[in-house]
Amino acid sequence: MNQQTNTAGRSINSAALSPLARLQQALADQLPKLVMAPTFLIIFVCIYGYIGWTFLLSLTKSRILPVWKFVGFEQYEKLFMNDRWMVSLENLVIFSFLFIALCLLIGMVLAVLLDQKIRNEGFIRGIYLYPMAISFIVTGTAWKWLMNPSLGLEKMMHDWGWTSFSFDWLVDPDMVVYTLVIAAVWQSSGFVMALFIAGLRGVDDEMIKAAKLDGASMPTIYRRIILPSLKPVFFSCFVILSHIAIKSFDLVAALTGGGPGYASDLPANFMYAHAFTRGQMGLGAASAMVMLGGVLAILVPYLYSELRGKKHG
Amino acid sequence: MLKIKALVGAMALAVSAASVSAGEVEVLHYLTSSGEAAAVNVLKKELEKEGHSWKDFAVAGGGGETAMTVLKSRAVSGNPPAAAQIKGPSIQEWGELGFLASLDDVAKQGKWDSLLPPVVSDVMKYEGEYVAVPVNVHRVNWLWANPELFKQAGVAIPTTWDQFFDAAEKLQAKGIIPLAHGGQAWQDATLFEAVALGVGGSEFYNKAFHDLDQQTLKSNIMVKVFETFKKTRKYIDADAPGRDWNIATSMVINGQAAMQIMGDWAKGEFTAAGKNAGVDYVCLAAPDTSGAFTFNIDSFAMFALSDDEGQAAQADMARLVMEPTFQETFNLNKGSIPARLGMDRSAFDSCAHASMDAFVASAQTGDLVPSMAHGMSTNSRAQGAIYDVVTNFYNSKNLSAKEAVDKMARAIKASL
Repeated sequence: MNQQTNTAGRSINSAALSPLARLQQALADQLPKLVMAPTFLIIFVCIYGYIGWTFLLSLTKSRILPVWKFVGFEQYEKLFMNDRWMVSLENLVIFSFLFIALCLLIGMVLAVLLDQKIRNEGFIRGIYLYPMAISFIVTGTAWKWLMNPSLGLEKMMHDWGWTSFSFDWLVDPDMVVYTLVIAAVWQSSGFVMALFIAGLRGVDDEMIKAAKLDGASMPTIYRRIILPSLKPVFFSCFVILSHIAIKSFDLVAALTGGGPGYASDLPANFMYAHAFTRGQMGLGAASAMVMLGGVLAILVPYLYSELRGKKHG
Repeated sequence: MLKIKALVGAMALAVSAASVSAGEVEVLHYLTSSGEAAAVNVLKKELEKEGHSWKDFAVAGGGGETAMTVLKSRAVSGNPPAAAQIKGPSIQEWGELGFLASLDDVAKQGKWDSLLPPVVSDVMKYEGEYVAVPVNVHRVNWLWANPELFKQAGVAIPTTWDQFFDAAEKLQAKGIIPLAHGGQAWQDATLFEAVALGVGGSEFYNKAFHDLDQQTLKSNIMVKVFETFKKTRKYIDADAPGRDWNIATSMVINGQAAMQIMGDWAKGEFTAAGKNAGVDYVCLAAPDTSGAFTFNIDSFAMFALSDDEGQAAQADMARLVMEPTFQETFNLNKGSIPARLGMDRSAFDSCAHASMDAFVASAQTGDLVPSMAHGMSTNSRAQGAIYDVVTNFYNSKNLSAKEAVDKMARAIKASL
């Protein structure tokens, strides 16, 4: 009703105005749309367009270049018969589960400890947060040296006289995936800590004081009041960490190169190798679509709960 | 009258020379290490002497993988470079897609058919016409050895696989790493193909890795190849995974390890360290492959251009690449041997001489075989399938040779 009167009022106004002013009026009406159009177009083409393009490619026989000869879901069939792909999927499950769990745990513990109003908190927080400023390539290279048996930790222990010490996960095909977890957790847990600290600072002090008056102990306060109120932070961390895990590529490339053999491959490395270096663009596209499926499986429930929450709130 | 004729002739010549001289060749390559770059510069200078201009398009890294990615995007956008460093069966793949230009006129004039062994010229041709020009020939099946360490252990440098394992056992007992190796897929495959050639012979090798014959791939010989291959695992050190090939070579140079099986680019490392062939290090054919030659050839393929100047420049470039001057300078820098036969060889060292002799001899006997590990025998898909199985088997603790053979046969079938 309100709107109707508005537009009616405007048309009366514009009829009375000069042509130039009318044009200006029209422009002003359309301006927000015009300003948004380029970004909208870019996002629409470069993200959703290319997702569609990749999906189409994954249905073709494309090898070194795109060829529009459709073969249905044959590439997906090949993909799930490929040992290397299965290894990389298995690695992804191990890696992302441990990576997310450890990051959340360590980040949360660090945040709680730092929240005890200690001295030099800013400085200490900086130290924990700093690894985040480094790219995964640097992290990977540094940890490659640290964990190399003949250069790093093992050699140092041997030089110090502890000759029975052994830490050769980097060259052990069964354990190598855990070296990825170590390096990634080292890099990302500080970031999780920062998010949790921000969350902790947002918890209402009055509630804690009230609980204290009621005689609740500190651990109980954390368990029953503070941590439950951090649920949104926990959720954000989970989403951010899981997409870091799924798109992990650089860490593997720098730390292990996918080896020994292909024991530490992750799906992103598989996709790159097949789409770009091996001339199996169709297979690479299929693996990219499966990865997208993985991301959506996490994102869609999250977005759904978020949006629904907003509507009700 | 005669004078006028001569003048007109001269003018015509001048005009025709001018009309072809303005061409520009854009060359996509990954010859970026210092020695290689110097060699490419020679070609550039010679081309400029002919009046053409050279537009350098060097893409470093990844053994050409990055360069190939760039090439694909340029080709898809309809703007390929005039020439690109492409090798092996990829030349056929590009030919199939209809991107390559014929070099048959230059080839006929230069009598390439008589200069190149048929095995090599086949790789350069698409449907019977030359589309690429070879710059060098690498021999991959080399064994590099440190004779000092063999003296210490009191064993001879092996020429058969039996001798190899015998010597390796004795070297290991002395606390010497018998085999320097880097655990990267392509290095595993390089070692694997040397074993396959030694154990199975050239005919078996060609059937398996060139023809991708399922029966051969599943044969008992292949099981034996895998078994022998796995046996070498015992004689490399535990830290090999991820190591670069040149680090492995330096282990042989500084006396940590006794041997390395690697292509002749390893020679550059020895030379750079100031070592002399035959004295400080020995180059021998990989065990049981002395009469055979696994080749890895770098080449430039020419892309179809529409302008005449560009085509003339391409033709001149192709001609210059085959000239002895370029072939000699380039290969002295790269450690390989010239692709064209019958050149003056005085400038080359003893390892290169051995390589040249083996190249000519093996071309006669049919023991000149394409390297699987370096993408000369199959397309990149089948190669990738073999890589995966080989590297997984070499690093796995519980995969048997029989299982690996089945896996490889299946993986190759799936890649076709």
